[in-house]
Amino acid sequence: MRIGIVCPYSWDVPGGVQQHVRDLAEALIDEGHHVSVISPADDDTPLPPYVVGAGRAVPVPYNGSVARLSFGFLSASRVRRWIRDGGFDVLHVHEPEIPSLSLLACWVASGPIVATVHTAIPRSRILLVTYPVVRTGMEKINGRIAVSEAARTTLVEHIGGDAVVIPNGVATRRYRKADPLPGWPGAGGAIGFLGRLDEPRKGLSVLLKAFEILGPERPGLRLLIAGPSGDAADVLNRVPADLRSRVVLLGQISEEDKVRVLHSVDVFCSPNTGGESFGIVTAEAMAAGLPIVASDIDAFRQVLRGGQAGELFVTGDPADLARAAGRLLDDAALRSRLSAAALAAVADYDWSVVARDVFSVYETVVLGSTQAAVTAPGNGYP
Amino acid sequence: MITDIVIVVAAALLIGVYVSWRAGRIDRLHARVDMARAALDVTLLRRGSVALELATSGLLDPATSLLLAGAVHGARSGDLPRDLAESDLTRALRAAFSQPGFRSSLSGKDGADELLADVEAASHQVYLARKFYNDVVAATRDARRRPLARVLRLSGHAKAPEFFEMDDSLIAEKSSASLGR
Repeated sequence: MRIGIVCPYSWDVPGGVQQHVRDLAEALIDEGHHVSVISPADDDTPLPPYVVGAGRAVPVPYNGSVARLSFGFLSASRVRRWIRDGGFDVLHVHEPEIPSLSLLACWVASGPIVATVHTAIPRSRILLVTYPVVRTGMEKINGRIAVSEAARTTLVEHIGGDAVVIPNGVATRRYRKADPLPGWPGAGGAIGFLGRLDEPRKGLSVLLKAFEILGPERPGLRLLIAGPSGDAADVLNRVPADLRSRVVLLGQISEEDKVRVLHSVDVFCSPNTGGESFGIVTAEAMAAGLPIVASDIDAFRQVLRGGQAGELFVTGDPADLARAAGRLLDDAALRSRLSAAALAAVADYDWSVVARDVFSVYETVVLGSTQAAVTAPGNGYP
Repeated sequence: MITDIVIVVAAALLIGVYVSWRAGRIDRLHARVDMARAALDVTLLRRGSVALELATSGLLDPATSLLLAGAVHGARSGDLPRDLAESDLTRALRAAFSQPGFRSSLSGKDGADELLADVEAASHQVYLARKFYNDVVAATRDARRRPLARVLRLSGHAKAPEFFEMDDSLIAEKSSASLGR
């Protein structure tokens, strides 16, 4: 199938939507489909062969923050040309409610269109005001996908219509192999944590408390912590002085370094106390083949197959975490068994599986369409 | 004896008149601040409604329309402090107006030239009204700061007026430095 995907945000800026589009496109290409992505991008940004640049995005304030977006007639005509050249069977736009390329694509295109909503923010009043300028584009969408139940709920309540929920996938291949950071994990073993340091629900304090129990028992054991925001000194102050030298904080790190961090530890800890709907970080650690010790919240219980693919401990209980982590650190055979189980379990969440779900939405939409391919009629106004 | 009393009374009277004149001046300045602020509010509201008119005119592409409508909504909703929200509207307008070929793509369409001229005029009025407002705010703050005004509390309970700082230039070249682009 020939698939055209529209990304509304600048390709050269890291972001969840861009990453989603990249992973989806690559998974679909692996399945043998022809995929072309159009995205705003600076002219000198190196782009993968399947991405067409739509010109430089302009930083503009929208909805309380500054985003780099593409809008205007020039961008619209670039999208129109891309659609004409592409001869797509289906057009897949991301975040059509953002004033950028996706909305423009809906505007100029005609034919089977699928839209994915990542963050549904209630903006219905703005949409009402700009009716019919905006609505005419949105009404062309034949099928909607939401990446989470929360996004779907907001969409249903505020924008109307319904959507199928297809969660983000994990690009498991990307996490499979990496060089550990120099000197890690070390002879005494290491436990890893990834996540915001200052978000209590990520549970870092539970892990630090557990380390107070584990640290004195195991003189070589170290903690490797990486995550944005939060004061490093503040975190270290929560650790007893004699253990501080064994807690290493990396701050915010790149995607590549994240994979290296995962390969630098013996055990990965997800001490979240709630608020996770899926636990993408935990799934990524599983994809790196790490034995996991996680709190037994629903999300982790599900992804770890009720404890078969990782050790669960009582949520918020440092003593139980210390027990579970200690068991893993002491037992290499158990670690390698859980590592294999984690790899097998995370395969269910791989992008190849998710891409197949997305593809079946394409098929449904194409079946229901009176038009055989996506076209872009007209040249000024649709 | 009598003349002494007369001189003292006259001096007290003169001082009283002077102080009351100074107090009256501060009072008048505060009133002028209020008027200038009202005028600034009117120009901001007018600019918002013309921008919304442009957004919903159907002359623009939907992305630019949505961008402008969102910025107008933000300026009115009170989610952000007023100066920031209005600056955001300026930036959205500037982003729309500084697209290459923006005018030529619209010229000749029904009412387009008129509407664009309205947006520009309304933006210029915001610029003027803000300038006048900040001018009288500066004069008022200066008058309040004088020793006599401070010692005798001539401004009473009226709060010191605040400057209204915002990005109000529709033309990209002028303000490119301030946006750091």
